[in-house]
Amino acid sequence: MSYTEKTRDLYQAQLAEIKSAGIFKEERFIHSAQAADIEVEFPTGSDLKKVINMCSNNYLGLSSHPDVIKAAHDGLGNRGYGMSSVRFICGTQDIHRELENRVTKFLGTEDTILFPSCMDANAGVFEAILTSEDIMISDRLVHASIIDGMRLCSAQHDTFKHSSMEHLEEKLLLHADKRLKLVITDGVFSMDGDTARLDEMVNLCEKYGAMLLVDDSHATGFIGKTGRGTHEFCNVFGKIDIITTTFGKALGGASGGCVSGRKEIVDMCRQKARPYLFSNTIAPVIVSGVLKVFDILSSSTERRDKLEKNAAYWRKGLTEAGFILKDGNTPIVPVMLFNAKLSQEFSKDLYNEGIYAIGFFFPVVPNGQARIRTQISAGHDISHLDKALSAFIKVGIKHGILGLTKDQIIEKYGQ
Amino acid sequence: MEENALNEMKALVRNYVTKEYIDDDDVTITNDTPLISSGYVDSFSMVSLLVFLENKFKIKIPPSKATPEAFDSVNSIVALVNQYLNK
Repeated sequence: MSYTEKTRDLYQAQLAEIKSAGIFKEERFIHSAQAADIEVEFPTGSDLKKVINMCSNNYLGLSSHPDVIKAAHDGLGNRGYGMSSVRFICGTQDIHRELENRVTKFLGTEDTILFPSCMDANAGVFEAILTSEDIMISDRLVHASIIDGMRLCSAQHDTFKHSSMEHLEEKLLLHADKRLKLVITDGVFSMDGDTARLDEMVNLCEKYGAMLLVDDSHATGFIGKTGRGTHEFCNVFGKIDIITTTFGKALGGASGGCVSGRKEIVDMCRQKARPYLFSNTIAPVIVSGVLKVFDILSSSTERRDKLEKNAAYWRKGLTEAGFILKDGNTPIVPVMLFNAKLSQEFSKDLYNEGIYAIGFFFPVVPNGQARIRTQISAGHDISHLDKALSAFIKVGIKHGILGLTKDQIIEKYGQ
Repeated sequence: MEENALNEMKALVRNYVTKEYIDDDDVTITNDTPLISSGYVDSFSMVSLLVFLENKFKIKIPPSKATPEAFDSVNSIVALVNQYLNK
């Protein structure tokens, strides 16, 4: 046996360090389906508590939609439980290709390839299409999965200040000599809830001969008039070279993701992307559910419209109550508290009031930028939002932060 | 290297780092401020600093020497540059 006491001690010391730093992550067990109202066991072993979920990525409220569940049941019956294969050996069913075609049409691209997750899509795409002669230039706040994907790629990399088009242009000039240039951004940034300036990025990419990749995981299905994503919102539909996105958030929330874009790029991924080549195909039950999600989205914009109204209502309520929010117009609404300990206590107090919302602090967000990140869903009704708002106000009064400026909160609690 | 020239070089690097990487006006970078280990500069962003140093001081720093440790403060960056200036 090679797991020695010394090894055990080493891991225990590391875990103790994480705990003492106050960043030890604990799971909360949910005893119900994903929805606006959930039943939670937390801490482990305690009685179940009914709470309003304000922190899921279930933006369109489709995670437990009866039509999606029925379609998944049908898929299970018609195409089985698993495929026991990667795509290119014997793991591709007719419905996998059908879903790829549906995504291509929905996103306005040339072709699509499915991955087990968007994390896998981002892990595979860069290495599949770039070499050491090329440069990746990414926004400094892109998602961790993009950072991991770039690390796996031999191309050079550089960054530009978050959403600074001037800085991006400087970088495009600096790296003008590279064979291929790929500019990389999130469509909607998951921690701040702001939107990339894709119209300006498309112009810059055209000017300097660069490709543009957008991770639209926090946008597909609900951003833009018909929910196509950030490119629709920014009026550059059809002009994005590569979109990566997930089915694990608004689009039913199970799992799976994709790379959608220029035909040759998708073909390169099909030949070379390692998470595609060496990981199982998406289960038929999930493919069937996501196909139904696209039926629902194509038939009506009712859900994304409700989500937009809900998010505006929530943002207005919090602002009028005297909270400091990050600017934005998406369903991601960060309530700024700046102090890490305060964010944890605030989250705990909210939970006691029946509201499930998590506090984030460094290193998940920049130092001194601790916050409660709230995420609104079309599954919320106004009554949910009113109840959540009352709880936020009650807890805000308890901590004496309503109406305070950033400096005043920092003066009171430290940064 | 003379102290004045060294301080001038440190000021040049410090100004570049502040302009390129620090978004928060409240943050002041000193010659000892940890840049990468404290999260002000992520390791991906180092390439522009490397290009700046190579162009400014007309040197070539091998990729194996451009490590996060070597780039972790203005002092360590200037020490690295000096190794190649004197070659």
